[in-house]
Amino acid sequence: MKKKKLATVSLAGCFGCHMSLLDIDERILDLVELVEFDRSPINDIKKFTTRCDIGLIEGACCNEANVHTLIDFRKNCDILVGVGQCAIMGGLPVMRNAIMHSDDPLRECLDEAYLNSKYVYNPSNEIPNDPALPLLLDKVYTCPQVVKIDYQIPGCPPSGDMLWRALTALITGTHFQTSYEYELIKYD
Amino acid sequence: MNKSVVFKIDGVEVTATPGQTIMEAADEAGIYIPRLCDVEGLDPQGSCRLCTVKVNGRSVSSCTQPVVDGSEVENNTLEIQCYRRDLVRMLFHEGNHLCPICEASGNCELQAMGYRLGISKATKFPYLQPVRPVDASHPDILLDTNRCIHCGRCIRASASVDGKHVFGYIGRGIHRRVGVNAENLAKTDALLEDKAIASETCPVGCIIQKRNGFCTPVGKREFDHEPIGSSIENS
Ligand code: SF4
Ligand code: SF4
Ligand code: SF4
Ligand code: FES
Repeated sequence: MKKKKLATVSLAGCFGCHMSLLDIDERILDLVELVEFDRSPINDIKKFTTRCDIGLIEGACCNEANVHTLIDFRKNCDILVGVGQCAIMGGLPVMRNAIMHSDDPLRECLDEAYLNSKYVYNPSNEIPNDPALPLLLDKVYTCPQVVKIDYQIPGCPPSGDMLWRALTALITGTHFQTSYEYELIKYD
Repeated sequence: MNKSVVFKIDGVEVTATPGQTIMEAADEAGIYIPRLCDVEGLDPQGSCRLCTVKVNGRSVSSCTQPVVDGSEVENNTLEIQCYRRDLVRMLFHEGNHLCPICEASGNCELQAMGYRLGISKATKFPYLQPVRPVDASHPDILLDTNRCIHCGRCIRASASVDGKHVFGYIGRGIHRRVGVNAENLAKTDALLEDKAIASETCPVGCIIQKRNGFCTPVGKREFDHEPIGSSIENS
């Protein structure tokens, strides 16, 4: 069987989902028999070198760069999979949207993070605004709000077993997400 | 005269006593019908519609509908499971459900229903991300309405079991939420011992007992190993 091409990325995520991918342990040797990693933090390839069969997205979109990256993934991948709660429904990053009960959640979030919190040491009293920093979005957007996502693997993070099962199903073309064992799907 | 009612659920013959609801009869027969607003010990409210079944082709909520002799009930069909999936999805979308940081995670009936119905596909609904209040005023109890699914179980428990009427609905439609009968929870006569506050009353992580969170390790929580409804199916 020709090796499938796999790309992965972390947008606004904690890399926990990528860590979980490493949690498939020695099966990673089987995985590299089945797939070739293209753009991914696993091999540090930063741009697509070819069209990919599968793209795994960790994290939500909290800044402009995340949106561009996600659109790039949609363009270059046949199947796009949202991995983890951040990608699917915003997860922890999305807390800045509504949970703060503010009319201007982004402003309040930045003020809290850089100015007001009693644990902050920031002598310049400025919120970072270097032009090199990607522009923050007004709110955090889930991946399906930005591009079409074909499949989702819930969990924070999904377990290594879950990722292994989902990946092998996608690679071998068996129907994805029919009847997993009960304990594999978790939302936390 | 002890007449019993005989009817069928998905082709399986069930014998019930007259006046029983379809759900009660199904429970006794070891057939689980998914539910969220209904819980043992409280009068049914019939509002979540998760327990919808078809009786002779017509949709009814099984927690409120009495059994009818000779009827054919459809429960576990693809069509009905799809409706239920959509209902559960909409509940996730209507509130702010962040399971990774929720104290109810693992013991939550909404989440467990998501697992049972196999909800893991990309969603077709928008996340509404409403701004909803959190009331942490009470020394022992926290009310986080971000997770409220408006099952009314706390309202019924407080009214009919505790006789206190602490909880009630405020507002209408999409803005409806659960509120308390005072300025805040601390100013009510709610107590930790109340039925309305008991962990089995609120199906989600909306009514939280303080200093009690995350005390059960992952793997030992209520729905970690067996789907919701298993206790009925295995009885
Ligand atoms: S889903 Fe959880 S583990 Fe994955 S990126 Fe988000 S916070 Fe990290
Ligand atoms: S209440 Fe249930 S579904 Fe909502 S966040 Fe908590 S665990 Fe998840
Ligand atoms: S607070 Fe809990 S018990 Fe009360 S209506 Fe909301 S979800 Fe139901
Ligand atoms: S359980 Fe019957 S309508 Fe909610």
